[in-house]
Amino acid sequence: METGQFLQYLVSGLTMGSIYALVGLGFTIIFTVTGIINFAQGEFVMLGGMLSYILFTSFGLPSGLAILLSVVAAALVGIMLYLLGIRTARKASAVSLVVITIGASIFIRGVAGQIWTRDPVRPPYFSGSESLSFAGAYIQPQVLWIMGTALVAMIVLHVFFSYTMLGKALKACAISRAAAGLVGIDARAMALIAFALAAALGAIAGSVMAPHTTVSYESGVMLGLKGFVAAAIGGFKSHTLAFFGGLLVGLIESLTVAANWGPFQSEYADAVALIALLIILLIRSRRLSTEERAS
Amino acid sequence: MRKWFYVLLAVVILAAAIPLAGVGCAEKESYKVGAIFAETGVNSSLGTPERQTVDMMVKKINDTGGISGHKLEVIAYDTKSDSNECALVTARLIEQDQVLAIIGPSSTGESNFIKQTILDSEIPLISCAAGATIVAAPNKWVFKTPQSDVLAVRELYKYMKGKGFTKIAILTDTGGYGKGGKTFLESEAASFGITIVTAETFDAAGTDMTAQLTNIKNTTAQAFVCWTTSQGAAIVAKNRTDINMTMPLFCSHGVANMTFINNAGSSANGVIFPAGKLLVADQLDDADPQKAVLLKYKTDFEEEYSGKTADTFGGHAYDALNMIVEALKEVGPDKAKIRDYIENEIKEWPGTGGMFNMSPDDHNGLTEGCFIMVEVKNGEWTWLKPS
Repeated sequence: METGQFLQYLVSGLTMGSIYALVGLGFTIIFTVTGIINFAQGEFVMLGGMLSYILFTSFGLPSGLAILLSVVAAALVGIMLYLLGIRTARKASAVSLVVITIGASIFIRGVAGQIWTRDPVRPPYFSGSESLSFAGAYIQPQVLWIMGTALVAMIVLHVFFSYTMLGKALKACAISRAAAGLVGIDARAMALIAFALAAALGAIAGSVMAPHTTVSYESGVMLGLKGFVAAAIGGFKSHTLAFFGGLLVGLIESLTVAANWGPFQSEYADAVALIALLIILLIRSRRLSTEERAS
Repeated sequence: MRKWFYVLLAVVILAAAIPLAGVGCAEKESYKVGAIFAETGVNSSLGTPERQTVDMMVKKINDTGGISGHKLEVIAYDTKSDSNECALVTARLIEQDQVLAIIGPSSTGESNFIKQTILDSEIPLISCAAGATIVAAPNKWVFKTPQSDVLAVRELYKYMKGKGFTKIAILTDTGGYGKGGKTFLESEAASFGITIVTAETFDAAGTDMTAQLTNIKNTTAQAFVCWTTSQGAAIVAKNRTDINMTMPLFCSHGVANMTFINNAGSSANGVIFPAGKLLVADQLDDADPQKAVLLKYKTDFEEEYSGKTADTFGGHAYDALNMIVEALKEVGPDKAKIRDYIENEIKEWPGTGGMFNMSPDDHNGLTEGCFIMVEVKNGEWTWLKPS
């Protein structure tokens, strides 16, 4: 295989991987603060893509403003989900809360399908459509936007949760809500912030991704699943690992297509990625149980 | 005792009044037809225009006096692109709503799933899905209006052969549509002297096909055929220009709607595919027997739904309902007679999908010649008229 060809597979894998990483980061934010796996995360991505398209084409807003407004709108939906869905049922078990998020995702998808077009749409590129040539491979400028957004999001989240007061307060809630309450942290406010933050991040992912991938009211399902895998690789705890987990899933998919040998064929790209997840989870759970025994 | 007497009296009076009310208004009993389309779910891009077409037709027919004075009542249900849901609403149409005939479903999978129920219930059904298996024997009651995929493959291969392509790559989605296309692309290739050097697939919900295209780019193929609907095809068309791929791209009739051009943008230019004649209705010769019906459907639809473009999927529903309306007009509300009429009297019948010639052996009635080749030029559909 020549270098250019190989690089092309890498670019393809990293593009999808960056999108999965962004979705995975959203899962991780909510889980670290509230202990809930939010299955409506994919819908936030869909909302970002659809809203930025609609604000741009139907309302004629400039691209940047359309994206900003769609991110704000998605954050509001995230807040609503928390206030109406999660907080009203706060005495329910974690599993019930997860089921509520699944219900919310079906609801959001249904409403989107009713009020907007059911056809996939594509907002315009951020910067030009001419592909850049690099060592025999070609890169669409939008792909660089996607990769850059994922990288920046991972770094910002890492810094935010490790070095800022608010970030540490959010993290404290995850470690022990009771103890966090004792030192004066309002756990409910923190959960609210987490949902708003995850929804906003999802919408950013959606609006950056849509010009390259197109988006429809149903896009959230597949992306939610892949993002879930990325977050699971990161154990739902580490932003850095969720980021690399996303890239890994994307790379496994594109290299499976490239291999074109035995079970590694384009037809099984999704299956190979999911089997990889199972293997990683098995290894992780074994290591975790050894650690538990050691302590 | 007296109380009961009054209650009884009231019941008797009411019972007497009901038929009187019926006599009071002279309207004849309405004809009920069922419609089951995938208005939501993965096939919503098919079901939505089908439903809109039917709504428009019902309005038009009833505004102009109905069918021989009878109102046409279409009872429509959403199958949600789900076979089980489809079976459920079919049963409801047959048992509760007591319809005379059914049009739909939108997809081959759903159509095959309910076929046995239809045969057992002895009710005429005209499917709006392409698969040839839908009308395969044993089959007494099921018809379909869309052209079969194999005809599209043959038309495409005929064109490619004429242009001297002998080695091609194929790229299909892993859903029902792509799988069906792949089967015919592989089985028909040899008879057109075409060799398939590589067959790639992708998930219908996939969002980046660069990896598959890189595989194809590095083969000896002279051209590649992508068999999928507009969502995936737009991404393929775009990804191919993203990686500077110059190999000619051929698609299927699944891209014959504006979603493809809108999403692929300038990358759609140069894409060639077989399509029903609706797409280029205004470019057809006046002598074409389908031209009048195509233009009528297009104008009616676009007048009713401003800003929307009529597409072939809505056209399938248009043909289906027109056949049933004609049958109702000729033979009245009798399921068996409606079936017989469609089977025996729909001959040289111009529809949006082609010239229909139904017969006991062929419940689709379309043959070669119902597809034409279309190229996207400057964001417009252009008919590649055979010279």
